[in-house]
Amino acid sequence: MAVYWGAACGGCCVSVLDVHETLLTVIQHADLVFWPIALDTKYADVEAMEDKSIDLTLFNGAVRNSENEHMAHVLRAKSKILVAYGSCAHMGGIPGLANFSTKEELLSRVYDESPSTVNPDKVRPQHEYKVPEGTLEIPNFYEDVCMLDQIVDVDYYLPGCPPQTERLVEVFLAIVSGAQLPPKGSVIGVSERAQCEECTRIKSDNRSVDRFYRPWEIEDDGVSCFIDQGVICMGSATVGGCGVRCVKGNAPCRGCYGPVPGVTDMGAKIMSTIATALNAEDENDIIKAIDSIEDAAGTFYRFSLPASKIRRKIQ
Amino acid sequence: MSNNKEEIRIGVYICHCGHNIAGAVDVVGVAEYAAKLPNVVISKDYKYMCSDPGQELIAADIKEYNLNRIVVTSCSPLLHEKTFREATTKAGLNQYFMQMVNIRENVSWVNENFDDATEKSKDLVRAAVQRVAFQRALEKQKVPVNPNVLIVGGGIAGISAALTMANAGKKVYLVEKESTIGGHMAIFDKTFPTLDCAACILTPKMSSVKNHPNITLWTYSEVSNVEGFVGNYKVQVTRKPRYVIEDLCVGCMLCVEKCIFKEGKFPDEFNQGLSKRKPVYVPFPQATPLVAVIDDKTCIHFKTGKCTQTCKTACDRNAIDFDQKPEIKEIEVGTVLLTTGFQAFDAKKVPYYGYGKYPNVFTSLEVERMVNASGPTEGHVLTREGKAPKSVGIIHCVGSRDEKTHKWCSRVCCMYSLKLAHLIKEHTGADVYNFYIDMRTPGKGYEEFYDKLLHEDVHFIRGRVSEVTDWITSPEEEGKLIIRAEDTMIGMVRRIPVDMVVLAVGMEPRDDAQEIRKMFNISCSTEGFFLERHPKLAPVNTFTDGVFIAGACQGPRDIPDSVAQAGAAAAEALVLIDSGHVELEPNTAYIVDEICSGCKSCLNICPYKAITFDLEKNKSSINVALCKGCGTCVAACPSSAIKQNLFEDVEIFSEIKGIFVE
Repeated sequence: MAVYWGAACGGCCVSVLDVHETLLTVIQHADLVFWPIALDTKYADVEAMEDKSIDLTLFNGAVRNSENEHMAHVLRAKSKILVAYGSCAHMGGIPGLANFSTKEELLSRVYDESPSTVNPDKVRPQHEYKVPEGTLEIPNFYEDVCMLDQIVDVDYYLPGCPPQTERLVEVFLAIVSGAQLPPKGSVIGVSERAQCEECTRIKSDNRSVDRFYRPWEIEDDGVSCFIDQGVICMGSATVGGCGVRCVKGNAPCRGCYGPVPGVTDMGAKIMSTIATALNAEDENDIIKAIDSIEDAAGTFYRFSLPASKIRRKIQ
Repeated sequence: MSNNKEEIRIGVYICHCGHNIAGAVDVVGVAEYAAKLPNVVISKDYKYMCSDPGQELIAADIKEYNLNRIVVTSCSPLLHEKTFREATTKAGLNQYFMQMVNIRENVSWVNENFDDATEKSKDLVRAAVQRVAFQRALEKQKVPVNPNVLIVGGGIAGISAALTMANAGKKVYLVEKESTIGGHMAIFDKTFPTLDCAACILTPKMSSVKNHPNITLWTYSEVSNVEGFVGNYKVQVTRKPRYVIEDLCVGCMLCVEKCIFKEGKFPDEFNQGLSKRKPVYVPFPQATPLVAVIDDKTCIHFKTGKCTQTCKTACDRNAIDFDQKPEIKEIEVGTVLLTTGFQAFDAKKVPYYGYGKYPNVFTSLEVERMVNASGPTEGHVLTREGKAPKSVGIIHCVGSRDEKTHKWCSRVCCMYSLKLAHLIKEHTGADVYNFYIDMRTPGKGYEEFYDKLLHEDVHFIRGRVSEVTDWITSPEEEGKLIIRAEDTMIGMVRRIPVDMVVLAVGMEPRDDAQEIRKMFNISCSTEGFFLERHPKLAPVNTFTDGVFIAGACQGPRDIPDSVAQAGAAAAEALVLIDSGHVELEPNTAYIVDEICSGCKSCLNICPYKAITFDLEKNKSSINVALCKGCGTCVAACPSSAIKQNLFEDVEIFSEIKGIFVE
């Protein structure tokens, strides 16, 4: 078994660590052959492995540079089952929001504009750099952030930011026990319906919201649907499976589990849905309400921009 | 998709539409291109696909080539979707396996470049070919039609339609806003071109309406709510209080006589304000129903509560009831006829003609009342000073054919101006001048009437009037109104001094037309008249099935045309009723229970109130009979649990992809 991270925060790897003592069960069934966060296996070691010699690879993180892409290809070749693990590998995730900017905008922000940057020589990262000892190489930074299946063929998707560790264990045990696996391409560890089905908050029959609030701007009554209270909750557009964890913790759903099967554009869907809650007489009311949404695009496409119909900002 | 396994066999048919399409698009090239697209088995071009041989071509190919999808590339689906669906059905194929591509309105009529138009046609065909593969067989649902009909507006159109429908044995509800039916026609004195008395031909029809066993007449009433769909409308009618019990009043006028006001004090609407009425009144002697009405805005009782109620005491039938409240009537009808008529253009909007400024500038409707023997002047045409005018100028096209007011021709003004010229001449012997732009007299006997006037010593000045003024330039103009107009016949500007000016005001949509339009869910054309389904071939139908329009609510027209349209609308309604049922298009939305999470996002957005929430299942559900297939809920459903027949995601996205990707 292998675990790899592409453009990721590390949370997914931590979620694997979160199996705690179940790790013993895991290693009883499988050798961990590659896991950059925990093991010292080198890329060259993986490249040297025989094709299909890894039974299961959990690939977390998006693909945003040449290193990520290279390892995606290598691990695809070496793995029997490749799982896109977590929101970033599944849909692009938070790093995918970089697609709202161009590469140049990103670099210029980081290397020129940000208040904490001191860079009088306007140094920018180079793919190759010659030093007396030879040529140094760093990965190529791509214009686009991609989700894993835009690069290689993916067998399963295990969503979440990060995925629920319980789901991982279930899936792992299913694979090692030789149980009947779902069809290739399935999103696993999820329900068939949106979060609302499991959510116990009371939903109004006649939504009427004048403006939207960020969670800290209102006092949540703990009982009513977040949308009824004017707080943007992605739950109605997000497939169940996490156990409505955020809402149970009195935080609105952020949508990390991805869309309900059959939905083509999760962000567009939640936008339409949010619009149904509006109490608007005219265009001005609508504009006022929309203006009350902080970073609408980033909110609605928080985890799914590379997977969406809009996919990225046009250059 | 059920059709994933079946082999898709598509036939594509490109119509030339004579030169309409073939003149601007390489139809042969498009057909050859389509033949190479995936799943296309046969592709043909033909001169007129909608013709019988064109339709038979499709049917024959379906059988010969075993086609299971059809793409017809021709005109707007609005025009011929039905035709080609029927052609498809005839060959035994489900009609919803046919997809139309509009390369006439969307391509050939709007593109000037032949190559661009051809390329665009190919793109659209490719999109349809990709879409049609995913279309599924659908069935129409049949629902019964309630045989009752609602007619809104009791003018001549509404009256005619009501009598036709009632005589055909249908139950008619005729709802009129005013306290009497009759509409504008009741105001007129004579009708052109025959000069027969308007009242003499109208009032017998009004009484027939009142007495017809199949007609329920509700005057002083307005439709306040409409729900439902073709064949099954639920309508709420609000009957405004007239403070006189309709069943008890016999129209004896005692209450009017005994009113605390000895004389009329308030402008009489029926007489265009030329006379005064009391707060309790009957608009005119032949009002139908002949029932008094109390105007609560002017009645002392309602204003101060301190009236001695002499009217109430006078009524020996106890018909007066000051406590009357609005009454709501709920009715169920299958069809609706809108005959809500027009309103006259407000002459004050063209201040240069002096209406409201110079007392002797009148509107044509005011003169109609003056020449009427039962009118405020008992048939005498008089200036405000009470004298018979020696000279009268009639200005045509006031609020018509004018960029500043209304661009359209109101169609009736030339003829009624000729009529008024004749009547004024007859009543006063005055010199009558007609100022016209063009004389428009198309209609049976109309041109002959004009010809008759030309021999009656009436003056005709061809040119637009620039202003009416009392600014005089010579002693003979003293005390007169001066009409300044260009006389295009002699090529100079003329000043004609007259004693009286008549403004031939045009017809415009009623102020409440938009409200009615929304209530019945129909459309208006840009100028605000109700929009017909097709200007030539479906002039009394609307885009809402079961709702028909007739008369001047659809556009300016005269009495014969309104009556003819009323007959046509009645016939259309009868067709629906007598067919017994309607077929509902299956392009409705449905909820996939397995996906619905019960988030309730769809509940309050359905404009047709078709969505309810099933508490037991914790899921929404759609009443298919109420669903119009607008797609609002489909877009709103965050789980894509709501899908719409003929507009499923896979169909739409395949089509979009087809347009962009070769």
